[in-house]
Amino acid sequence: MAMHSWQRLGAKWLAGLIPLAEAGVHPDDCKVTASLAITDAPLPPLLVLPIRQHIGQACAPIVDAGDTVLRGQKIAKSQGYVSTSIHAPTSGRVVKIEEHAIVHPSGIGMLSIFIEPDGEDRWLEKLPAMADYAQRDPAEIREQIRSCGIAGLGGALFPTFIKLVRDPNHRIETLILNGIECEPWLTCDHRLMVEDAPRIVAGLKILRYLVQAERCVVAIEDNKPDAAAAMREALKQAGCADVEVRLLPTIYPQGSEKQLIETITGRQVPAGKLPLHIGALCENVATTAAIADAVLEGKPLIERVVTLSGDAMPKPANLRVRIGTPVDYLLRQQGLEDLHGVEVMQGGPMMGERLRHLDAPITKGSNGILAMRQQAREPESPCIRCGHCVQVCPVGLMPNELASHCRNDRFEESEAFNLFDCIECGACSYVCPAHIPLVHYFRYGKGQVAAIRRANAFAELSRQRSEAREQRIQREREEKAARRRARSAAKPAPSPVPPKAEQP
Amino acid sequence: MSSPHIHSGSSSVTMMLQVMLALLPATLVAVWLFGWLALLQISTCMAAAIGFEWLLLRVMKRSLAPLFDGSAALTGLFLALVLPAAAPWWVALVGALAAISLGKQLYGGLGYNPFNPALAARVILLVSFPLQMTTWLLPLPIAGGADLTDLTTAATIFFNGIAATGQPFDAVTMATPLGYVKTALHSGIPVPQSLASYHYSALAALVGNEGGSMGETSALALLLGGVYLLRRRVISWHIPLAFLATVAVMAAVSHLLNPDRFASATFHLLAGGLMLCAFFMATDPVTSPVAPRGQLLFGIGCGVLTWVIRNFGSYPEGAMFAVVLMNCVVPLLDRHFRPPVYGHRS
Repeated sequence: MAMHSWQRLGAKWLAGLIPLAEAGVHPDDCKVTASLAITDAPLPPLLVLPIRQHIGQACAPIVDAGDTVLRGQKIAKSQGYVSTSIHAPTSGRVVKIEEHAIVHPSGIGMLSIFIEPDGEDRWLEKLPAMADYAQRDPAEIREQIRSCGIAGLGGALFPTFIKLVRDPNHRIETLILNGIECEPWLTCDHRLMVEDAPRIVAGLKILRYLVQAERCVVAIEDNKPDAAAAMREALKQAGCADVEVRLLPTIYPQGSEKQLIETITGRQVPAGKLPLHIGALCENVATTAAIADAVLEGKPLIERVVTLSGDAMPKPANLRVRIGTPVDYLLRQQGLEDLHGVEVMQGGPMMGERLRHLDAPITKGSNGILAMRQQAREPESPCIRCGHCVQVCPVGLMPNELASHCRNDRFEESEAFNLFDCIECGACSYVCPAHIPLVHYFRYGKGQVAAIRRANAFAELSRQRSEAREQRIQREREEKAARRRARSAAKPAPSPVPPKAEQP
Repeated sequence: MSSPHIHSGSSSVTMMLQVMLALLPATLVAVWLFGWLALLQISTCMAAAIGFEWLLLRVMKRSLAPLFDGSAALTGLFLALVLPAAAPWWVALVGALAAISLGKQLYGGLGYNPFNPALAARVILLVSFPLQMTTWLLPLPIAGGADLTDLTTAATIFFNGIAATGQPFDAVTMATPLGYVKTALHSGIPVPQSLASYHYSALAALVGNEGGSMGETSALALLLGGVYLLRRRVISWHIPLAFLATVAVMAAVSHLLNPDRFASATFHLLAGGLMLCAFFMATDPVTSPVAPRGQLLFGIGCGVLTWVIRNFGSYPEGAMFAVVLMNCVVPLLDRHFRPPVYGHRS
């Protein structure tokens, strides 16, 4: 029997009374740049390249002040395993190498390489391309990805090659391309999928060859149907009919790696483990496009798409920006001169960081620069235990309890309440009717616990040293006594000590 | 301050206003049933609650900011709705003082109270002034009672008591269905007979046209408010559903086994303060568990206690005591029924 429309409506309304457990929040998506094509940002008069633009060890500069560099030339070499190189975004001259402001909550600086473009934008002549990658050893391709300086462009900045290592104990079953982009305002991944889908698909094929995944899923939120259509078309053209494009209901923080893996595979990444351990690999779509550039053309990562937006941005845009372009240069390009009452942040409004120094450069992780009108923060009022934070937490924490423990320096309880499982997505702070800055307290707690752990480790080391020293002294004393006993045993009778000769 | 840099715009004040809005149908029914008297009680309770909050904050030399969070006004409204219409003015004042002082500020104010202030006040009033708290005025739509559409009559009852109207006590008061059935059972009259002699009608219980506290009798009005709160996500479904379902199941099963001793599920669901407690009191965020599983257990506990007290306790109504008793175990429920944490499920 067919249901009447009013019956369906009634059923839907009743279902609304008893919503299924749905973690996450629905902020206004504010994607005003969603239909603006990506354009090239002009070259600034000076590029600033911090020597660490990824998670892991900083690079070592391999150029000196006064050197001439070409576009795509390696200027800083990765150090250690968790690290990836940095390249010159254009041709020009290295002016100096010294500390410069970066995007960091504390406002600290970092050693940076300053390049003055010569305007010719000349590429390094021979780029090591691997268009025939399918005939090559995966290790060689990984090394290429590493040497091209590719790190997770979604914002996490984890060196990509590490995730692509084939582990005989853990086969990758599911490869997920993350095109979720759930942060409000940001549209860089969205535009890339619309305009550059074939490049992303090319990267997907490389990833697939590397990890031999059986199942490939491109995950996109349903507020980007045009991106999904473009990706489907590109997949069809590339003969990848078996790759699934999943249009997921829009909810923040769906794009968070662990959460997305659970949505797609139904499995959770165990605490302290990697996605690899449950056979999953998740790559951002922009990273995937960068992999295609690196492998097929040998192009290192020297530019990225950045969304310039926010309610105080005169000309919002999606720009292809050279890494190292100072933020204030871009702001001026978009017509933002008067910064009075304006806050500038890098990233989305949910997880982004406020810029302390506007001359900080765009780095590999800069997905957006938002200029927002300053708003008075509501004062914090007492927690009324409404539990909204518990409902929205994608991790299953009790943010209310956790914040109270952190605020009162009860760190053991904080850890018992899984402080370190918090992904700092901000959903709890976003909904809190008492305007408690929950995530702020969690960051404080994490910092304090880390400091305590360091202090404890140091104390433990000192204790071990001191014990070792005491043991050594004891041992030496015993050995001495044993020697003495052995000596006295060798002589049958103790010889009397001869009387001292009297001093004249 | 670090991220997030945006906020949903929700606030504690908005939540208080939403709860007040959800109480509007029940408040209107109270005015329909008890005319001017309802308005007198409500305005007195609300004004007294806000006044005592101000006084206590002043005495303790604390910030007066909580005065504007809407919680005192809400407590006043709650208090009025759980009072019998004929409660004298001083009961309202003592109730407001008890709610704000013993029920709230004693523990540190909003967010720290273990019991809903209005509910705590009602318990205090019920054990302190049992007569005044169980004298139920005949509602207006039932013919023959005091003329509460007349302000003078209402004021006379409010300030000087029912006797001052000159009407015989029995002519202007009536029992609640729960109280009537319980008294009858004590005299050996089975439930079906006592309901018949009460002229019990489920419809009257649904709209509220029977003996009871001002804002408690209309199950329909409270249900409307509850549905509004659910839709606006001010409360979640766990507590009210578990609470009502538990009462319904226990009542239905016992009724099936012994209909002479136990009333039906419909009777229990529509009777007394159950709807108000299930949707408004048990769901008071401050005094209920924050995590879903704890909330379900809390609701079930409230339901079991309500049914047990109603059928085996010395008081005819148990919903309020059930909620207060369950409030005591909230810290335990919060501690032991946390949500599963991502990546820690085996």
